[in-house]
Amino acid sequence: MSLLAVSNLTKRYHRGGKPFAAVDEVSFEVGPGETLALAGPSGSGKSTIARLVLRLIEPDAGRIGFEGADFLALSGAALRARRARLQMVFQDPLAAFNPRATVARVLDDPLRIHNIASRAERPRRIAALLERVGLDAGLAARAIHEISGGQRQRVAIARAIATRPSLIVLDEAVSALDVSVRGQILELLLDLQRRERIAYLFISHDLGVIRAVAHRVVILDAGRIAESGDARAVIANPQSPVGKALVEAAPRLTRNRP
Amino acid sequence: MNRLRRFFRTPEAIAGALILALLAAMALAAPLLFPGDPQAIAGPALQPPFQDWSVPLGTDRLGRNVLAELFHGARTSLAVGLAAAAAALLIGAVVGTLAGFAGGLIDEALMRVTDAFQTVPSFLLALAFVSIVGPSLGVVVAAIALSAWTGPARVARAEVLSIRERDYVAGARVIGMHPLEIAFREVLPNALPPVLALSSVIVAAAILTEAALSFLGLGDPNRVTWGGMIAEGRTVLRTAPFLSVVPGVALVLTVLGIYLTGEGVVESTAVSRSLS
Amino acid sequence: MTVLLSIRNLKVAYRRDGVAVQALKGVSLDVEAGERLAIIGESGSGKSTLALAAAGLLARGAEIGGRVDWFLPASAGAKAEDRQPSVLATSHPLLGREIGFVFQDPSSSLDPVMPIGKQIAEVTRTHLGLGWKDACAKAKTLLERVRLPDPSSALHAYPHQLSGGQKQRVAIAAAIAAGPTLLIADEATSALDTIVQAEIVALIRRLVSEDGMTLIFISHDIALAAALADRIAVLRHGELIELGGTDQILNAPRHAYTRALLDAHLGLDANPLLDRQGVSA
Repeated sequence: MSLLAVSNLTKRYHRGGKPFAAVDEVSFEVGPGETLALAGPSGSGKSTIARLVLRLIEPDAGRIGFEGADFLALSGAALRARRARLQMVFQDPLAAFNPRATVARVLDDPLRIHNIASRAERPRRIAALLERVGLDAGLAARAIHEISGGQRQRVAIARAIATRPSLIVLDEAVSALDVSVRGQILELLLDLQRRERIAYLFISHDLGVIRAVAHRVVILDAGRIAESGDARAVIANPQSPVGKALVEAAPRLTRNRP
Repeated sequence: MNRLRRFFRTPEAIAGALILALLAAMALAAPLLFPGDPQAIAGPALQPPFQDWSVPLGTDRLGRNVLAELFHGARTSLAVGLAAAAAALLIGAVVGTLAGFAGGLIDEALMRVTDAFQTVPSFLLALAFVSIVGPSLGVVVAAIALSAWTGPARVARAEVLSIRERDYVAGARVIGMHPLEIAFREVLPNALPPVLALSSVIVAAAILTEAALSFLGLGDPNRVTWGGMIAEGRTVLRTAPFLSVVPGVALVLTVLGIYLTGEGVVESTAVSRSLS
Repeated sequence: MTVLLSIRNLKVAYRRDGVAVQALKGVSLDVEAGERLAIIGESGSGKSTLALAAAGLLARGAEIGGRVDWFLPASAGAKAEDRQPSVLATSHPLLGREIGFVFQDPSSSLDPVMPIGKQIAEVTRTHLGLGWKDACAKAKTLLERVRLPDPSSALHAYPHQLSGGQKQRVAIAAAIAAGPTLLIADEATSALDTIVQAEIVALIRRLVSEDGMTLIFISHDIALAAALADRIAVLRHGELIELGGTDQILNAPRHAYTRALLDAHLGLDANPLLDRQGVSA
């Protein structure tokens, strides 16, 4: 059974007085412990889908099933409670946190809100979360703006796994990172997936990254699904024009391998 | 520490801070230097200043010590000005944050109320409020706050509208934070700087409004106020102009000091912003 | 090969809250006339500082040490043999005339309230002394050269009416408008998606070869740099780690850091991380 089932999802906006569909009748499923990548050029609707799935914006039509229940039917306290199971990591880890926050506060919030640990127990849980994502527990007292970009993205992942979610939406989560840091963050995400069977909705415009971590890929163009399938098969042999263009445009390193 | 040093770099800021420090010292020292009722008779009426050193600034029509009144008046002016401005900023920030964050009907309703308050001249509003409820210190504070909260509300709303779209607010929703907690704990503190930048203008306006109300006889009758002193001296303006001039100068200096300090604060934060 | 630009022991420090941050710690390199040089590095490597220093665009508060010497061809004023060492920021080749600069974010480098045709025409008027009529005709030619769709109506368009890729094309047109000797592109494609990025790289390659410009291409992406450059300079923490021909850097990197950057590249032929971990859902 699928963990996340999206069907006929549609979101329309008005641009210059004319309505246009940013997301147009999109359907896909994500299984437990699986990584589904959403790829496409800018304006293809992939980030809008992320925000729809997280109920940060409301769709005009379509259904979202999550953990066997109608996710769109939830509201108020019930929705907030269910959010524990569906988390997100943003592209820019600096913009994703309150500029006044410390690492400890950022990790304390989800534990407090979802009653995961008592006040006395929380500092220990925060330390454990930091260690889980490969950070020193002593980092808790630091302000978010004092730590490096890679450390911030690790804190963002720690916050996302604090409530033991079954699905994490990663919206260009490694695009702003240096390549050396990017590899480590991807390894961390794969390790978490293997140990805790977390599923990822992995949004990226970079087919190289998608090919490295995703099981399946959905390629979007102008709000519609252009093609989908096994990530490596689609990238090796794209059928749609946009799929071909994305593969063609990916930067290549032609090295004479030893 | 850095910010403090930057603040004291401009001469305006130093002058403003000196004036305010002097005023605060006057207000704090008033009950020590002039214990007892400042409205008690201290000597013969209408004694000019610098004659009798027990009443250095002379006496008014009823023989009250002008210097004692000036010190106690500083107390009232500062207390009313600060309390009214604080109340106005608080009401404004809360209303603006709720309107900006909630959007939709709540925003519409709150902003129409704000419009209504803004279309009535603020002094008339304060005047009407005090005449109906009756003059007392608390009522004067409330009246001034009621006429001054719309500016902070608009500024707070505009700031919240832009902050609301940031990723970290979305992040707070994703972890299931309650909307009110997001509004007041995550958004409001980051929306405050431009609202607080209004505070010098509002404090100065509040002190002037208080003086004007007192001048019209709508101040707290049990307290000495500079506005009341000016009104008192009005009847003998030709023979004893110092009775109006002394509190008038105090009022001008106070407002000037507040403006200069506010300017200094804005300047120092502007520098730190351009550096970061 | 003649040297166009010689950078010797360049040191740049910024002051932040009273603390000096060393952005460049003594970098020396020569840029040869007509070559395409890529400068790559991660955040904090000093690659953008190097580009800004070369263009004389460093912020006023920056502390600068070392030398930057220009040897501009005769057409641009000085003779090639006429070696005129210039101390930074005093006598400098004219930005816009001899150096074209393309920034990362085209929306902040274009004036939002001026039609793009006028913005480009202004460059040619200022630097080539053209009249308005000629300048506008030239602007139209430039928009054609950067392959903007429908150049005659695009002349009157405002930046907000264009997509990110189109805006970057306009910024490139403005940068090359006065026929500069050197084009500096500072992360010019980083804000764009892969498809548009490939188009802009192809555009820069074509313009540079058509006009015989020298190119300094600043990027964090080694694959992108390799696709465009003859030589690659690798910067890290404000120091020049390695400088060599593209072939040598890719196939026989001397420095471990360069090797690490190459290995971190996730190409479409790389071994998926999923397999390395041996998991499959």
